[in-house]
Amino acid sequence: MIRYTLGRLVSLIISLVIASLVIFSVIEIIPGDPASFMLGINAREDTLAALRSEMGLDQPLAVRYFDWVIGLLQGDFGNSWTYKTPVSELISDRIWVSLPLAIYALILSTLIAFPAGILAASRRGGASDVTIMGATQMGVAIPNFWFAMIMVLIFAIHLRWFSAGGFPGWSNPLQGLKSLTLPAISLALPQAAILARIMRSSLLDMLSEDFIRTARAKGLTRSQALWRHAVRNALIPVLTIIGLQFSFLLAGGIIIEQIFFLPGLGRLIFQAISARDLIVVESVVMLLVFTVIIVNFAVDLAYAAVDPRLRRKA
Amino acid sequence: MKRGLIIGSFLSIIFMGLAFFSFIWIPYDIETLEISNKLKNPNLDHWLGTDHFGRDILSMIMMGARTSIAVALLAVGIGVVIGVPLGLFSAARRGSFIDEVIMRGNDLIFAFPSLVIAILITAVFGPSAVNAIVAIGIFNIPVFARLTRAAALPLWERDFILSARVCGKSEVRISIEHILPNITNLMIVQGTIQFSLGILAEASLSYIGLGAQPPTASWGRMLADAQTLVSIAPHVALVPGLAILLMVLGLNLMGDGLRDLFDPRIKGDRT
Amino acid sequence: MSLLNVKNLSLSIGSFQILHDVSIDIQPGEIVAITGESGSGKSLTALAVMGLLPHGSVMKGSIWLEKKNILTTSEHDLCSMRGRAMGMVFQEPMTALNPVKTIGNQVAETIIIHERVTKFDANKRAADMLQRVGLTVDPSRYPHELSGGQRQRVVIAMAIALRPKLLIADEPTTALDVTTQARILELLKDLVADFDMGLLIITHDLAVVAEIADKIVVMQNGCIVEAAKTQELLHNIRHPYTKALFNASTHRVILPKYIPSLPLLSVESVARTYNFPRKSVFGPRPKFQALDGVSFHISRGERVGLVGESGCGKSTLTRAILGLEEVQKGQIMLDGQSVFSQKKPNLEVRRKMQVVFQDPYGSFNPRHRVDRLIAEPLHVLENAPIGKDRDLAISKALEDVGLTAADSKKYIHEFSGGQRQRIAIARALIIEPELIIFDEAVSALDVSIRAQVLDLIADLCRKRPLAYLFISHDLSVVRTVTDRVLVMQLGQIVEQGQTEQVFSNPQHTYTQSLIAAAPTLPEVTYAIETI
Repeated sequence: MIRYTLGRLVSLIISLVIASLVIFSVIEIIPGDPASFMLGINAREDTLAALRSEMGLDQPLAVRYFDWVIGLLQGDFGNSWTYKTPVSELISDRIWVSLPLAIYALILSTLIAFPAGILAASRRGGASDVTIMGATQMGVAIPNFWFAMIMVLIFAIHLRWFSAGGFPGWSNPLQGLKSLTLPAISLALPQAAILARIMRSSLLDMLSEDFIRTARAKGLTRSQALWRHAVRNALIPVLTIIGLQFSFLLAGGIIIEQIFFLPGLGRLIFQAISARDLIVVESVVMLLVFTVIIVNFAVDLAYAAVDPRLRRKA
Repeated sequence: MKRGLIIGSFLSIIFMGLAFFSFIWIPYDIETLEISNKLKNPNLDHWLGTDHFGRDILSMIMMGARTSIAVALLAVGIGVVIGVPLGLFSAARRGSFIDEVIMRGNDLIFAFPSLVIAILITAVFGPSAVNAIVAIGIFNIPVFARLTRAAALPLWERDFILSARVCGKSEVRISIEHILPNITNLMIVQGTIQFSLGILAEASLSYIGLGAQPPTASWGRMLADAQTLVSIAPHVALVPGLAILLMVLGLNLMGDGLRDLFDPRIKGDRT
Repeated sequence: MSLLNVKNLSLSIGSFQILHDVSIDIQPGEIVAITGESGSGKSLTALAVMGLLPHGSVMKGSIWLEKKNILTTSEHDLCSMRGRAMGMVFQEPMTALNPVKTIGNQVAETIIIHERVTKFDANKRAADMLQRVGLTVDPSRYPHELSGGQRQRVVIAMAIALRPKLLIADEPTTALDVTTQARILELLKDLVADFDMGLLIITHDLAVVAEIADKIVVMQNGCIVEAAKTQELLHNIRHPYTKALFNASTHRVILPKYIPSLPLLSVESVARTYNFPRKSVFGPRPKFQALDGVSFHISRGERVGLVGESGCGKSTLTRAILGLEEVQKGQIMLDGQSVFSQKKPNLEVRRKMQVVFQDPYGSFNPRHRVDRLIAEPLHVLENAPIGKDRDLAISKALEDVGLTAADSKKYIHEFSGGQRQRIAIARALIIEPELIIFDEAVSALDVSIRAQVLDLIADLCRKRPLAYLFISHDLSVVRTVTDRVLVMQLGQIVEQGQTEQVFSNPQHTYTQSLIAAAPTLPEVTYAIETI
């Protein structure tokens, strides 16, 4: 177990290092530098040089990379070029919208997908299976931002159950949660469809295993065999998907936030892109990648909890 | 599930047909704006109505189908052309250092949220259809590489591969002669699925303004334009959304149908 | 009253009638064996008794377990009977257990779902039962930490945890080594006597049947062709099919005499060690010595057997000889040339050596036609025949193994298992190699087909001098098709010598235990009318 955890930890650190290198170099290869961008094309050479040295742009590449990484480790992402405030402040204001939204959507997606997948697998070929599978086919095919628009049309404009957008803050947690509900559903339903399909096929794979027949020979009923022997084993592939989905939900949130006018990381990154405030773009991307890598690490550890074969082997 | 295959192929063929047909003829030119004719509901002249510039939505859908299909297909192409050889190579050298490097590289790409990277790429290089293709295509590489490797690994342990090795055939030759034909079906199925995912991804990117740029028509941008009009003229938002939905649904049904067709072995249910 | 009484059972799935009027009777404490070749319906008969047939099965007749007719019992009642009144053991111990649950929990589950007991009591009883079946490992272990034989004991413990009156065992020892097989059969016999259980054992292995069963039922194509008390049946075989089965099982081929000649293959003190990942972070790397100073030679035209149990190093040795795996020490030479030259397999050597594998289904690329499959080895030849010559070579190879030239345009799925092994042999023969490696080449075949393939091999030896290494776990087969035999244990060759000599007078204790453990068919006699 220790060995397994250490192994995963090493690959976590390598992933983070490579990710930071990739993101740093992508930003570096952009034509033109931020100083000339900020001052416009008519800037004088000496003002430009002064700004460059103020921003540390005259340092060698390696030095700038290490400064950036050391800054990240201390929670210092640098200063936004357009807002002139620390990026960490910009992010910490917005992450409390984006992260809860992703978690909310993940919970919804799992809560919908597990029962649906298990029901479909246990009634294989029956009416509920056909219905659930038909619904998931639709769910997989729906673009989530379009689904969000339809949801707004129905629940906000026609039925007026929810507001069409905006976020009142967490001072009243229930209000906050309510304003995240439509966005979370729009994000969660298509993902739930994918997850339910995988849950079902993973369960069906397990149900065709020999040990299910052994369990039946012991006197377990079909549903006992399913619950006691198939579900836990079927979780192994499902966990991978849940991990991948988290990254998808976090990133997908960027678009959904636009539709619902939520002041999250998505809004921030779009404003930063149009203002070419690349340090903000770089920081937000790094943060998202960091979160995803950490989540995948957690998924790897969850594997070991589910599957004893991983605990002793490397 | 033959029915799924038929419906799926039917839907896919319709959209591809529309895309091809748009090269020959479209009902109205989409570059002429007729503001007087804006936001018309579907009628005999404009079967699917008009948008806020008075453009014919059916024509826009046909032109948009072209963009979607081209972007998604080329992105699948990138994934197949780079991913499959990588996967084959990895499987042939299974357990070696290079295999480890390729697979870790794949894991790493998977760790990046694809949309975020697409945003980064377009933020850096500017929005365009080509950049959208590259951004989507990059994420198809690990999908095909992993799948190829996973499918090839058990084949390498099969006796017919061992006997080809006993006959002195090289790893490259075995990969091409024996491994590839046995995983083609799998690749076709996965290609269909990635194709459909590519359509969705292209729609997302162009929705946020990072895909094909005007005047090229695209479904995603039609939806972006429609967003503020959804309460006044719902059809402007419904039609492109439905187009995406049906196209993706068709491809998925076709992919599943092909999978069942290629793999007729019915999984025995031990319960 | 009988414990189990199957009466005129007929079974069809879809439009296929699988069982015809099957009747079997088992008394408490009695062991009844159903035997027959693949497709005879023996396994489905067992599943029918458990009420575990696949969906869409239509049955006629009756299956009485004491006072209950299985066919008319509801699924709910069947669930309460399975595990309590009747237990079942399956063939494949490696997959029969849930990998994510401890063995103790899996045995305890049988008790928990049928009786109102506390988890603690159930676990305690499960531990006792594991001990009863001769398992000394801790109940908190997981299946992947156990050997095949140990896992089969767990499966047996699960099946008998509630002391059912009837135990059904479907090929319980087929996947196991002979010595493990002997111990498992011993255990089953012992449990039957101890619990006064009825045992219905299904096996294709007539020697096992003769050794363990009180009564034998022979099935063919879903019908019972003969059923009698073991001794009666063995001394008075009536049905021609039964006779053919026994004949095929004891089939002996006639090899042409081997004339001592020059060495062809020489294996000199070969060693191969595998490293495993460390168990703890700084602990030593566990090592596994798969081959440890193996030396032997095969001469031209000599037929050599290699026997040993799983994990003894047979497969590693085979792969090393074929040049598929490098060895760390020693040398393997074929006709004076090393199998490996400069880290690469030596093509010169490949021309002189071919292989026939065990699995008739996995040995061929399903996407190629037979002509392309057979012609594959031609690749190693410097001037391989092309055009007409190639077709001629293919036809000749096919005819040599008893097939026709017309078969060359078919796909492999159009052939039966026995035919596929013939095609595999044809593929090996096409470049007229000096040496053929038969890697468990007849192990997956039914006895009657096996006899035919063995005859074919002997026939080929008569046509031209053929040297081969025949690797098998089946001692009786090795005994008949080889001149000399090597016995392997733990990566070493512990004994080698003339086949007859080794078998009739084994020197090494391991060889002795192997031969003792292998079940043998007793002398049988046939009823007058069938002769």
